[in-house]
Amino acid sequence: MAKPTKIREDSPALAVQTPPEAPPAVNKLAPAAEWVDQRSGIGKVIKGALRKIFPDHWSFLLGEIALYSFIILLLTGVFLTLWFKPSMGEVEYSGSYELMRNIPMSEAFASTLNISFDVRGGLLMRQIHHWAAMLFVAAMTIHMLRVFFTGAFRKPRELNWIIGVGLLSIGLIEGFAGYSLPDDLLSGTGLRFVDGSIRSIPIIGTWVEFFVFGGEFPGELIIPRLYMVHILLVPGLLLGLISAHMALLVYHKHTQWPGPGRTQKNVVGYPLFPVYAAKAGGFFFIVFGVTTLMGALMQINPVWLYGPYNPSQVTAGSQPDWYMGFVEGAIRIMPNWEWHLGSTTWSWNIFIPFVGLMGLLFTGLALYPFIEAWVTGDKSEHHLLDRPRNAPNRTAFGVACMTCYGMFWAAGGNDIIATQFHVSLNDVTYFMRVAVFVAPVIAFIVTKRICLSLQRRDAETVLHGSPTGVIVRSPDGGYTEAHTPVSQGEAYTLTRHPQWTPVESGGRVRQRLSRWFAHGQIAKPTAEDIEAASHHAHPISPVDAAADETASIGSGKDAE
Amino acid sequence: MSERKPLRRRRGTRAFVLAATLGLLAVVYAGFAPATRSLAENTEQITQGKDLFATNCASCHGLGGEGLAEEGVPALTNVGAAAVEFQVSTGRMPAPNTVSQPVPRENTFTADEVAAMAAYVASLGTGPGIPNEDQYLPSGLTAEEIAEGGELFRTNCSACHNFKGSGGALPNGVTAPNLQETSPQHVWEAMRTGPGQMPVFASGAIPDADVKKIVAYLEQVNAQPSAGFNLGGLGPVSEGLWAWIAGIGVLVLFAIWITTKGARA
Ligand code: HEC
Ligand code: HEC
Ligand code: HEM
Repeated sequence: MAKPTKIREDSPALAVQTPPEAPPAVNKLAPAAEWVDQRSGIGKVIKGALRKIFPDHWSFLLGEIALYSFIILLLTGVFLTLWFKPSMGEVEYSGSYELMRNIPMSEAFASTLNISFDVRGGLLMRQIHHWAAMLFVAAMTIHMLRVFFTGAFRKPRELNWIIGVGLLSIGLIEGFAGYSLPDDLLSGTGLRFVDGSIRSIPIIGTWVEFFVFGGEFPGELIIPRLYMVHILLVPGLLLGLISAHMALLVYHKHTQWPGPGRTQKNVVGYPLFPVYAAKAGGFFFIVFGVTTLMGALMQINPVWLYGPYNPSQVTAGSQPDWYMGFVEGAIRIMPNWEWHLGSTTWSWNIFIPFVGLMGLLFTGLALYPFIEAWVTGDKSEHHLLDRPRNAPNRTAFGVACMTCYGMFWAAGGNDIIATQFHVSLNDVTYFMRVAVFVAPVIAFIVTKRICLSLQRRDAETVLHGSPTGVIVRSPDGGYTEAHTPVSQGEAYTLTRHPQWTPVESGGRVRQRLSRWFAHGQIAKPTAEDIEAASHHAHPISPVDAAADETASIGSGKDAE
Repeated sequence: MSERKPLRRRRGTRAFVLAATLGLLAVVYAGFAPATRSLAENTEQITQGKDLFATNCASCHGLGGEGLAEEGVPALTNVGAAAVEFQVSTGRMPAPNTVSQPVPRENTFTADEVAAMAAYVASLGTGPGIPNEDQYLPSGLTAEEIAEGGELFRTNCSACHNFKGSGGALPNGVTAPNLQETSPQHVWEAMRTGPGQMPVFASGAIPDADVKKIVAYLEQVNAQPSAGFNLGGLGPVSEGLWAWIAGIGVLVLFAIWITTKGARA
């Protein structure tokens, strides 16, 4: 349950404090601060920003993990650029890793080995950079899921959702470009994969391939080009989009969980300074620390084992990084559909899973807020979040999509599943072909039932109180569990959500979808219901007003 | 420190000379031993092998090793002694059934019994014999040659056995096994006889000198330290799993911890 954090009565954040005397250091800085303020008017902005209120909930920190890992990527990435040579020119290796002695390879690969074995701290930086990249995309993904399941994408935040989808999609491109740079066997195999996928685009495929690679695969241009994409183009875009994302976040103000004292018009939480800044700043160091530990303790992308890219080689366990795994899986389980018309080949076996699936995913994500608003007919602003159970169809749909994604994802590791669990590769593949369609349906049904059961329990709690765990034996020998009535605050929280009403206007499709979306919800108890129920209740203890610790903290209007 | 180095090196040299001499003796012995065995001894061994074969193997392979094509049991008429040595001493043969890929189990035969069955099968036709140590044991290879072994391994073997020999999946439930524990002799024999789905790499394609390089590469690449926990040596799939479990999992726990703390705790 989303409750604000408890604050002790003696907490200094709430106490009125009068500092004995302004510390001298501040006095010394005051003239300088005034000088800047008089020329930039920054003081007002900062004062406003420092009082900005942020609600506190763990799931609101997921986006921060993405932000911080992006910063770690920038820092470690700059270090790597000092030594990396983005060239496909061939050299014979003469560095200190003996098992590659005299092997012909590209300068890109040789410089990667050099960073790993001959640059002090280089291997650690490479590993931190790679782990941070995995975490960056993973954090974006769960952050997006949090936004989805809580309905934070609704008006007025649709635009920020679309920016988020943009961030996620170019995040994938950034990761893929980085994965390709070392020019090792796996990066070359991955490039070959993308090369084939580009070629599968009808009519223009071959032309695009020649354009991207500057001729036949692999050519001599792709690494320098990807380098430019990886260290300039995409990071620039990411920075711009992240700034826009943050600016909109500040402009809209953060959403909050429903609760007493929390309305569509205020934000209840901690002020940025000092509490939230300390928490967020501390969290940055935690993310940095965890990523560094991962880089120090867990091997990632050991390119010296893969060897330099050589088109005549391929290895078992050739997979992309996790975030491209779903595409890999789709291609692995796709039946071999191909047309031969005249002298042309139409490779649906690659085009559908690659271009089709990625297109479907990102278009679907971008359009979702608008589709849902169209279905529900909801045009109002939302600053209070939905508890996932209270939007059962959205939640179940989301879980179904995650399940479908998960099945494609697992199929990308079908060979690893086969060897690790001693099953047949073919069986895994056939199973996945069915599972990508069936598993989401099962997931939908199960999730929806769970949501509705939770709603029912909420209604029960409001009407009859929460179970105390105390079993009472009645004079005639029956046993019952005593219930204690919930506080008004909790009852409010449990009944604040809107009931869905289907739209009456629009075409038949819209009306049917709308009825479907509203269908099955558990009616919330009305005031009369609660009134009636309270006459039946046998509370063993009276409502303890002091137990209601949801009294608002740092409440009030958000600073303008 | 620097004064002590020459001493250590001299000790090292002595140990090396000793080892080399012993190795040489072993090679010479191995090279001459079979040749000194008399014809009579050979026939005796083949007879013993024939008996063992009849009891343990003929139910599937037939008394004369003609196989049972319809059951998928191969004929052993031209597989050579190396195939028997490999199949039996890795515990693959006698197989429990003819359906699935034979899984290595404990080998219950003595070295003599294996040699006898190998001699019997060898007498049925042609095929690679059991190799001498100098055909597969790598020694005195330079760093360049071992690195070349890496290239040979990645070109010929990693498609099935993975980049460092951790193993991989083939269609229809067949797996290419992990090679990290496999003895050099078995690497040689596997290449020359091509067990199951594995192709034969004949000496015309990969001469013994190159087999030694592959063996040396496999030994060294698996002996070197990894850059932290190697997560199974399976590549990006296990890395992704760990990014979610160890990375996101731990960070979410921290996020929960941070947000349950009040302004002062
Ligand atoms: C087409 C795939 C394929 C290729 C290529 C291949 N192998 Fe194999 N290998 C297999 C399979 C499958 C087995 C298991 C056979 C069985 O159990 O019947 C195997 C078994 C082996 C074994 C026995 C392992 C043990 O512990 O019992 C060795 C050694 C071996 N291979 C080495 C090699 C080497 C060295 C190369 C490269 C020169 C190579 N293989 C290339 C598929 C392959
Ligand atoms: C249950 C039936 C069965 C028994 C018993 C059996 N084998 Fe096999 N053997 C097979 C099958 C099936 C294969 C093919 C295996 C494969 O495809 O990997 C085989 C393969 C072999 C091969 C490899 C042939 C080649 O082409 O390289 C040899 C050698 C061999 N067996 C020897 C023996 C010996 C020696 C024994 C007795 C100790 C024995 N087998 C017992 C079923 C059997
Ligand atoms: C570069 C990657 C990203 C970074 C650094 C990032 C960062 C953040 C941060 C720090 C917040 C505020 C805290 C929070 O609610 O978690 C936020 C809010 C938000 N993000 Fe992201 N995010 C990224 C990607 C995404 C993606 C992929 C989506 C969705 C497709 C998305 C949609 C949103 C929305 C709608 C909000 C407002 C949520 C609210 O006010 O409750 N973001 N983002």
